[in-house]
Amino acid sequence: MVQTMNNTMGFPILSMLIFLPAVGAAIILLLNRANEKAIKMVSLLVGIATFLLSLLLFTNFDKSTHLMQFVEQHEWIPSLNITYYLGLDGISVLFVLLSTLVTILCVLISWESIKTKTKEFFISLLVMEGAMIGVFCSLDFMLFYIFWEAMLIPMYLLIGVWGGPNRVYAAVKFFLYTLVGSVLMLVGIIVLYFYAGRTFNILELMTKAYPFKMQLVLFWAFFAAFAVKVPMFPVHTWLPDAHTEAPTAGSVILAAVLIKMGAYGFLRFSMPLLPDASRAMTPIMLTLSVIAIIYGGIICLAQTDLKRLIAYSSVSHMGFVTLGIFALNTQGLEGGILQMLNHGIVTGALFLSVGIIYDRTHTRVIADYGGVASVMPIYASLFIVFTLASIGLPATNGFIGEFLILLGGFTANQWAGVLAASGIIIGAGYMLWLYQRVFFMETNPKVAGLQDVNMRELITLLPLVILIFWIGIYPNTFLSFMHPSVLHLLERVNGGGAPAVAANVMTQILK
Amino acid sequence: MNSYALIPFLPLAAFVINILFGRKYLKENAHWVSILAVAGSWVLAVMALVDVLGGNTINFDLYTWMLSGGFKVSVGFLIDQLTVVMLIVVTTCSTLIHIYSVGYMHGDSGYYRFFAYLSLFTFSMLMLVMANNFLQLYFGWEGVGLCSYFLIGYYFNKKSASDAGKKAFIVNRFGDFGFGLGIFVVFLTFGTVYYEPVFSQAGGLAEATFNFLGYDVHLMTLIALLLFCGSVGKSAQIPLHVWLPDAMEGPTPVSALIHAATMVTAGVFLVARCSPIFSLSETALMVVALTGAITSLFAATIGLVQNDLKRIIAYSTVSQLGYMFLACGVGAYTAGIFHLYTHAFFKALLFLCAGSVMHAMGGELDIQKMGNLKKYMPVTYMTMLIASFSISGIPGLAGFFSKDEILWMAYAGESPVGKFVWAIGTLVAFLTAFYSFRLIFLTFHGKFRGTHDQEHHLHESPKSMTIPLMLLCVGAVAAGWVGIPALIGEKIGVHNYIAEFMKPVLGHPEGHGTHAEEMVVMLISIAVGLAGIGLAYFMYILRPELPARLAQQLSAVYRVLFNKYYVDELYSFIIVRPAIWIAKNVLIGITDARIIEAVVNGVPSAIAAFSSGLRKIQTGLMQHYATIMATGILIIVAIMLLR
Repeated sequence: MVQTMNNTMGFPILSMLIFLPAVGAAIILLLNRANEKAIKMVSLLVGIATFLLSLLLFTNFDKSTHLMQFVEQHEWIPSLNITYYLGLDGISVLFVLLSTLVTILCVLISWESIKTKTKEFFISLLVMEGAMIGVFCSLDFMLFYIFWEAMLIPMYLLIGVWGGPNRVYAAVKFFLYTLVGSVLMLVGIIVLYFYAGRTFNILELMTKAYPFKMQLVLFWAFFAAFAVKVPMFPVHTWLPDAHTEAPTAGSVILAAVLIKMGAYGFLRFSMPLLPDASRAMTPIMLTLSVIAIIYGGIICLAQTDLKRLIAYSSVSHMGFVTLGIFALNTQGLEGGILQMLNHGIVTGALFLSVGIIYDRTHTRVIADYGGVASVMPIYASLFIVFTLASIGLPATNGFIGEFLILLGGFTANQWAGVLAASGIIIGAGYMLWLYQRVFFMETNPKVAGLQDVNMRELITLLPLVILIFWIGIYPNTFLSFMHPSVLHLLERVNGGGAPAVAANVMTQILK
Repeated sequence: MNSYALIPFLPLAAFVINILFGRKYLKENAHWVSILAVAGSWVLAVMALVDVLGGNTINFDLYTWMLSGGFKVSVGFLIDQLTVVMLIVVTTCSTLIHIYSVGYMHGDSGYYRFFAYLSLFTFSMLMLVMANNFLQLYFGWEGVGLCSYFLIGYYFNKKSASDAGKKAFIVNRFGDFGFGLGIFVVFLTFGTVYYEPVFSQAGGLAEATFNFLGYDVHLMTLIALLLFCGSVGKSAQIPLHVWLPDAMEGPTPVSALIHAATMVTAGVFLVARCSPIFSLSETALMVVALTGAITSLFAATIGLVQNDLKRIIAYSTVSQLGYMFLACGVGAYTAGIFHLYTHAFFKALLFLCAGSVMHAMGGELDIQKMGNLKKYMPVTYMTMLIASFSISGIPGLAGFFSKDEILWMAYAGESPVGKFVWAIGTLVAFLTAFYSFRLIFLTFHGKFRGTHDQEHHLHESPKSMTIPLMLLCVGAVAAGWVGIPALIGEKIGVHNYIAEFMKPVLGHPEGHGTHAEEMVVMLISIAVGLAGIGLAYFMYILRPELPARLAQQLSAVYRVLFNKYYVDELYSFIIVRPAIWIAKNVLIGITDARIIEAVVNGVPSAIAAFSSGLRKIQTGLMQHYATIMATGILIIVAIMLLR
């Protein structure tokens, strides 16, 4: 029997987190569409309520165990043995918090920039939030799959309805790309279901051993779904289009949460369910990660569009994440998970920032900017913080993540570590060049007289600034959530034996 | 908590206050916050000095910064002899330059911002020198790099300034790439990144090898050289020297503080701090010595022909940093740190004098358009003259003692390249004296060659600027007196205090030469210094038409030197442009657009083609369906039976 922790909260907190946004969406549905103010207020209040509720997870989480917590389990479709089964561990809990925080910021940033179909927009946003939380909480594979697919629809709408000029192309591309991957995953799930004796219970599936060949096939089936989401090289080309065309809130959710789900999938499913295949496929995964880091970085050097540049930088940064994950050691994994969070915070902040200035200028072309620091000094200060976090400067969160990943990566495979480390040079190159072209040099007439950030925009960005420094200066708050779960995962992947925790070669040499 | 922790955190607090409240509230009073903070750090640093002189070494952790599996690192401080010398240099120079900036930056629109950055810089630099582990060192290392980026690009509306800031940061990242890998190897070897256990265990691994990227290499050489990559970037040594001359785009106090006295010497500090590792690798030491020697010669030759006041001093800095590495490379770490310390005074003074000149000349930097300024700016002239005597190694002044110590250690030490780098060092001493006095003569002597308008405005700088000049001048004269070599010291009854003081951390190699040899080496270095000054006097005072004629006759050499050996052009040609070209034409143009997108867009069209083919069998005729169904069933049954 699978062991879990009882829900100590006394009420079904995870279900409430998932369905509170849905309730909010239902309320908005009942509102008059002309009453935009009420629609926005309801969205904001529901967002805040969900976030406050999720803070209880942060404070009540038991950091001493790898077991699932806040567990809820109910029969759902007994004939197929599908259950409504929720729970969180140290790998997933932080992403629920990230999702609830980002949703508030998305509501705030869309306050004035969404001018058509406001009602539908905020409904989509809230439905999206519920589905995202559901993905991170699901412990039943079928339930997971349902949430996973459910996210696609509001995201598709966000891009396709409120996006830029080329939005339909981007939305369809996004949809098809991810759908193809998901279908392969579904096949994989069904294969597991039958092999393990008709169960979708993820924790139960993890207790079984699967033949190596089957693991390999399933690994690639899952890979199709997860790699597209990450996105890993070479299945990344939907991302620049989707990001560029999506409205600000869409880009932020995409960057902050959605693409984390690919990496989360590897952590939650591929690695514990298919440990032997994961180990065997490490060289390929590391190679693809390193390619993504360098390829994504160099491509940024030639971008002329603000959002496209940040989108490609995501490819590079997510390369770091997958590198850390497949380093299969403590530093790599913890760095990778932390970097998922970091990337959500930093890239989310960058897209929010681009949205702020786009609302004023309606252009994403880098060459249309210049000298913005003279006209918007506060905005420039905030943007430099995000830029520096993005290039991994110490005291920002980016440094902690990248350092642990590179340390883990170097330990696992020196070539991977060395090549990936070159990414920090390229990253500094494109980000500082971007910053120079937008904020420094002579003031472009097109940006003359722009208003600096207003209070609403400032409030939107400040939480992210605080998180950047919090994680940069005292990362243990967040790392401590992961320790037992990561250790447990490593034990599973490395077949019981404790992993080589950064081997101390000293002892070997002295022998 | 130990009160010494306040040394870095006072300036940090000043930064936070200035950046949050400076623009709206503090405005032209912003300097008070920063000056009080850095002065407080200075007082604490002096207390730390007294403490260390009393025989204490302070080492404590503040809190655990990162903890992941077997990796643990803290924010923690180590205050020993080496740290305390750096503390004194950093806080003293920083305080004086803060005060100077009050006058120099007066009326600037970004006044609060300037002082905020200065405070942030001071914080980072102090974190760097006070660290008790490699990762915090790296923290300070990148932090000072960031402040350098901000301050070089302080006049960010100028393209050249923002270019220079970006260049400094990115070039440094190349060095930090190696530095970071060095930290990884340290951790993999020792299982920790704290100095104390690493240095105490290093000796036991003197002969160990490490498999690096498939090659078995000598462990200590590997670690030392990887760490040295960082030094090469931060201290602007060949081949990563290109950023420092461009860094002169920043306000002059910044050039004095960051790009002369403190930050750029961090590379030397790193080598000295890791001397227990470097000393275990003859190869690494040789690389350090040769890099230093070659850089010092290379930069000095460029300095001969430049006309930009600040760039001449910048090349002089690169050259003098090379000197410090030369010293470390022959095992004379104390001499290197001693030169770092004296250099901080006379070089900061040179820059601040240059700033004073610019102030009077309305921002003019071309020394060909100056002349006769001594008449208008007596204080600036006298202090700059003394600083130039100091850097030229005139006996009795600070620069003389440290330079002489380096040359003697190179000559008499055990390094296999010792004699060679001594010869280069001596040649560089000659060149240094020459270009330093070329600058003095062109700027302060002869006839004024600027515009009438400029001449009209010439004036001595305000007190807040001249007083720091005079104080630094005291240092440029007297700072060397703590390191008087035994040769002279025995006669006048003083010790080589600094060598004795540093001995517990850096050791003190004894020279193998005789007193007579030492005397000869000293006399040679004095002679070449005087010769350099004399030649400059001859060329720029007695025969002022000569330089132009020489430049014409040796035009090829002159052009190469004037264009700094075309290194910038080379890098642009082999790194910058290819990277962007590949991004545009290969990655975006071919891989993404033609290959990946072709497959992605190709699959749906293939499916479309397939399904329109499939549609043809949907004929609507019953017998067709029946035939297909029957065939299907037959196949399935066949499979079942044949199994």
